[in-house]
Amino acid sequence: MNSRSRWILAIGALLLVGTYFFPLWSITVAAPQYPEGLGIYIRINTVDGQHKNDLKNLNLVNHYIGMQEIVPESIPELKYMPGIVGFLILSGLAVAWKGGQRMLYVWLALFSALAIAGLIDFYFWNYDFGHNLDTEHAAIQIEGMTYQPPLFGTKTMLNFVTTSLPSGGGILAFCSVLLGYVTAFINWRENRAS
Amino acid sequence: MNKTVIRIVGLIIVMATFLFISECAQKEKPILGSSDAALAVYVAPGDYDEFYAFTSGGFSGQVGVYGLPSGRLFRQIPVFSVNPENGYGFTEETKDMLKTTFGHIPWDDAHHPELSQTDGVPDGRWLFINANNTTRVARIDLKTFETAEIIEIPNSGGNHGSPFITQNTEYVIASTRFSVPIPQRDVSIDTYKENFHGTLTFIKVDPDDGNMDISFQILVPGYDYDLSHAGKGPSHGWAFFTCYNTEQANTLLEVNASKNDKDFIAAVNWKMAEKYLAEGKGKTRPGEYYRNHMDHRTHSSVSELKKTVTFLDPADCPELIYYMPTPKSPHGVDVDPSGEYIVGGGKLAAVVSVHSFSKMLKAIEEQKFIGDAGGIPILDYDATIAGEVTNVGLGPLHTEFDGKGYAYTSAFITSEVVKWKLGTWEVVDRIPTYYSLGHLMIPGGDSRKPWGKYLVGLNKMTKDRYLSTGPELTHAAQLIDISGDKMKLLLDFPTVGEPHYAQGIPANLVHPNTTKIYELESNEHPYRAVSEKEARVERDGNEVHVYMTTIRTHFKPDNIEGVKLGDVVYFHVTNLEQDWDIPHGFAMQGAQNSELLIMPGATNTLRWEPKKIGVFPFYCTDFCSALHQEMQGYVRVSPKGSKVPIKFN
Repeated sequence: MNSRSRWILAIGALLLVGTYFFPLWSITVAAPQYPEGLGIYIRINTVDGQHKNDLKNLNLVNHYIGMQEIVPESIPELKYMPGIVGFLILSGLAVAWKGGQRMLYVWLALFSALAIAGLIDFYFWNYDFGHNLDTEHAAIQIEGMTYQPPLFGTKTMLNFVTTSLPSGGGILAFCSVLLGYVTAFINWRENRAS
Repeated sequence: MNKTVIRIVGLIIVMATFLFISECAQKEKPILGSSDAALAVYVAPGDYDEFYAFTSGGFSGQVGVYGLPSGRLFRQIPVFSVNPENGYGFTEETKDMLKTTFGHIPWDDAHHPELSQTDGVPDGRWLFINANNTTRVARIDLKTFETAEIIEIPNSGGNHGSPFITQNTEYVIASTRFSVPIPQRDVSIDTYKENFHGTLTFIKVDPDDGNMDISFQILVPGYDYDLSHAGKGPSHGWAFFTCYNTEQANTLLEVNASKNDKDFIAAVNWKMAEKYLAEGKGKTRPGEYYRNHMDHRTHSSVSELKKTVTFLDPADCPELIYYMPTPKSPHGVDVDPSGEYIVGGGKLAAVVSVHSFSKMLKAIEEQKFIGDAGGIPILDYDATIAGEVTNVGLGPLHTEFDGKGYAYTSAFITSEVVKWKLGTWEVVDRIPTYYSLGHLMIPGGDSRKPWGKYLVGLNKMTKDRYLSTGPELTHAAQLIDISGDKMKLLLDFPTVGEPHYAQGIPANLVHPNTTKIYELESNEHPYRAVSEKEARVERDGNEVHVYMTTIRTHFKPDNIEGVKLGDVVYFHVTNLEQDWDIPHGFAMQGAQNSELLIMPGATNTLRWEPKKIGVFPFYCTDFCSALHQEMQGYVRVSPKGSKVPIKFN
């Protein structure tokens, strides 16, 4: 690896630091009764409201359809994620420092695999919240209706329009992995040239 | 044809034409109903009004909150009157807000709202309003639109000239309309002249939290002190009070107090009063009064009884107060935005007298006195007068200003608004009102910075303006466009109670600062239950305390047993919601006081004495969710001495 690509990789790894400060994902719901908006952020270590009481109020709304309460403490992934990302940052910086090509490909493969696994995991959580409904206590039950929010994009569920999109931290993570691939591409081109 | 016949026919034709035209002119209503006026007051669904208007409720004891220019009523704020609709004055938390040295007073007559000011401009923090009958001043917090404080005024009878604000809300000033024996004692009414006095009260306002306390009272001769306004700009440091009944009549004032061709505007130098207080000239005199305020942490009122006040006697304090003669039983006293002109509305005259503040200072310096009244120097009328507005209609009462050099005076008897120019004193426009105009209001119109776009006329009579509701009618406010040279009537709208004065302020100085919810974690009510885990029922002798929670869409507990006849049950209901516009109600069958309307994060308490044996339902009265109809519960009431234990779910 030349020094330029090592710098790019280092910057890419450091971008991940932003995921500790900015939410990974944003899920908002819109309805006429919520002109001020209602939404949650999925952060690296927790889930919280976009306004102060949004998580509480979203849980309150969800209880009518029998959705489980979103309790951040009960989601184990949120406990591991800071460590996993920390490992990716440090190992990314180490690869940039040493400049080994094999190490770069291993790191990139690991990062990609973890990112895909994370998205799949997120999908299954959404699936679980949307399908695993408490039919015994739900006041509103509509035949055939499930409430899984989309991974990307917008979906209408009863009176709510739900929009799910990556937020600041998620976008930074995407840029980070992209810079990793840019490094790999520069390397590959250099190898071919020499 | 005979010339005489032609002349007669011609005359008849002219007369007929004249009659026809005048008939048409009478039928034509001014502007009202035209599409221009409709567009000017139209606020599209979902859009906001440009101004808030706060109208006094008069005999309703409340304050009406309106939008301008639409004239839409948003809310009635209970201030001096109990309000079973939300429990104000009935709940354990609020009933002491209405505590006075006469006991619990469930009603009053509220006349003059006044917005707090910073540098002479309304700042949107608080609204003060007087209770005329059982003399008090209230402060409404404009974050919550709730009554935050009520202070009683001792040594006063008829708190009419109140509450007027100094330039930076240093003081709320009040005067007694009815002079009374001070201190109160058992004397013959015939001894009015020797035993009766008036007081001018200065209430200090804490600049941070708005809390009020009586700083001092000035003892003045026994006249009727009617209205007031504080100086501003160059006249900051002075306050002005009209008075009538300088005849000192104590019966049939209609005749006996209308004899003198001039009464007074009292000019009080309150900066001088502060100096005298600092020098220890104040005397401690008896004067019991209650000060009640809401503690926003406990959501409960706190009452304190104070026993004395500090008096300043003009006899010991030269240069404290002067009288300016003003025709004739003057009512309103209004200070123009520059602070130079002091306008007295000669209630029984056809003239508005305008005193000049700078001429007044000069007259004092040159000692142009024509005598004294109870030791207070009376200034020479010609030495203080800047001008007289004649042709101002009959019965001029109140004047507001547009900040563009014009003044607008209400004429009660001729039922009109008269616009005149400051400095030249000429009348430039007039417009009729329907009917018998009392106060008028321009947003900021009594401040240093009027927003001179609209004028609201507050009429005393309504007659045929709306669909009839029998002998008792709503009162009518009228919105007048004053942005151009000619005034234009835009809108009639009905008002709460009988509005006297009103205040207006641009919406952006209030709307963005309003509270949406109370923070549950800041709730320090002694009987709060901030989670369902804390919901419970406890017996203490014959008192049963129910620590109840509400959240969409249930009460916890909702089944209560073990209550016995003879018990006093306190439902302490905490609303666990933290979402805007989700209050819950609580109504108990047979409760002899009111319901509760509990805002998110607050705790309110209903006292209930069961009168019958059986099982009685309670339910939520505020439609809170799709399952609101399911939000209910039961209390079982057993006979006295029964062994049924306290039980709840």
